[in-house]
Amino acid sequence: MGDPGKLNSSSSELDLDRPNLEDYLPSGTSIQQEPHGKLRLRDLLDISPTLTEAAGAIIDDSFTRCFKSNPPEPWNWNVYLFPLWCFGVVVRYFILFPARVLVLTIGWIIFLSSFIPVHFLLKGHDKLRKNLERLLVELICSFFVASWTGVVKYHGPRPSMRPKQVFVANHTSMIDFIILEQMTAFAVIMQKHPGWVGLLQSTILESVGCIWFNRSEAKDREIVTKKLRDHVLGADNNPLLIFPEGTCVNNHYTVMFKKGAFELGCSVCPVAIKYNKIFVDAFWNSKKQSFTVHLLQLMTSWAVVCDVWYLEPQNIRPGETAIEFAERVRDIISVRAGLKMVPWDGFLKYSRPSPKHREQRQQNFAETMLRRLEEK
Amino acid sequence: MGNTSSMLTQYDIEEVQEHCNNTFSQQEIVSLYQRFCQLDRSGGGFISADEFLSVPEFAVNPLSQRLLKILDGLNFKEFVLFLSAFSSRASLQQKIEFIFKVYDSDGNGKVAFSDMLDVLRDLTGQFISEQQREQVLTHVLEESGYTRDSLLSISDFVKTLGNSDLKMEVEVPVD
Repeated sequence: MGDPGKLNSSSSELDLDRPNLEDYLPSGTSIQQEPHGKLRLRDLLDISPTLTEAAGAIIDDSFTRCFKSNPPEPWNWNVYLFPLWCFGVVVRYFILFPARVLVLTIGWIIFLSSFIPVHFLLKGHDKLRKNLERLLVELICSFFVASWTGVVKYHGPRPSMRPKQVFVANHTSMIDFIILEQMTAFAVIMQKHPGWVGLLQSTILESVGCIWFNRSEAKDREIVTKKLRDHVLGADNNPLLIFPEGTCVNNHYTVMFKKGAFELGCSVCPVAIKYNKIFVDAFWNSKKQSFTVHLLQLMTSWAVVCDVWYLEPQNIRPGETAIEFAERVRDIISVRAGLKMVPWDGFLKYSRPSPKHREQRQQNFAETMLRRLEEK
Repeated sequence: MGNTSSMLTQYDIEEVQEHCNNTFSQQEIVSLYQRFCQLDRSGGGFISADEFLSVPEFAVNPLSQRLLKILDGLNFKEFVLFLSAFSSRASLQQKIEFIFKVYDSDGNGKVAFSDMLDVLRDLTGQFISEQQREQVLTHVLEESGYTRDSLLSISDFVKTLGNSDLKMEVEVPVD
């Protein structure tokens, strides 16, 4: 073994703008101390650390935990609780639900009979039209919130209409948007949905200003970043609300924030939302139920209780990368709402992780092995 | 216990416990069952390779493909048996046998140079050339008294790994 081992240079440059995965994974995965001493057969045969990591992932992993909807514990039925529960079901489904549908219908009638005239008749007077449409969108959102008896506590100063600012919040369900929208008419960036939701998106949301993205299109990111930048600079545009997780998470964890919102050159105002699961779990598990079913579930429960915190605006610090900024803001939101941070990209729900993580491990192993080969 | 959607009865738990030689407590088996059902999204009674790979932490593991060959199509009882090597109650012998099984992909009871080279390739990837890998492997084999053509059996593995402090334990979360 004359020549010293040489590593091939990695053809995939390690993605420098990713936080270090090893910082987040449980301690069992990082090799406890750097093994040293001369390389022996048993060091090559002993694959137990890698196997332990694999088994750990099979038994419990931080990614799946983020999307688990925890069904409520069944009650202990007995003589008096069961009839009480049945009575509750009757009230919820046959009294509350019809009343809520009625409220919602009235709300829609009021909204449409005001919105459509305003939209077409005031075509010349843009500023007035914009203000009225803003108020009307806030109104219909309030009706929505009332239709699930939303009990929302807002903390902190209300968002102000200023240019060069962007709002970011953690994401649990599409109702996050409605809850925030009833207070301030935000412009929003969303995945375009099919069905009646898509119809709403393309008509009403257009009036407050909306940007669409498509998860499945790779080039989409650059186009969307440009649209975001343009929107933020416009003085008349509504403040922009972004959900940087990119997907709905179960309100116990936060997944990694996409850096798009953090490299627009403006201040970022974090908003934290925490739902109280006492009556219903507001997490929209899009794999398990459609949005319509999710809404119906909310409308047949007692109430949706949540807290919204408007937190202090943050600016990127000198020398901080966009990713570090995003992680810092994610930390602020997670601490406020009592959520745990995990190092995974939400889009992994739909795709496999990139080979870079595996390559990092392979490189570490290879380096250690070759170093120990040289030791006497 | 055919359909995963049904609840585990006490009989089922005891059957599984016996099958894995009591390496897991009954509570752990219940937790593992919940996990099994969570991963088996299609409800077929076994976890497919695709369903395993949807766990990012597993998919990034260098040995995932090798493990999938063993894991694919296992029902719950076999799944628990597979994981039993990682229990704190498992003996060193059981852990070494598991490692042997990972190496011995064709199951003939002998681990050849090519098997060891395959595993080394999974672990080092493109960061070492094939030649260097063969050199390193031959070197350490010869140092321990074997040759390139040696076929290692389980007793060779026990001899090599037996007196190292092998740490291969995972805790099953029990709520």
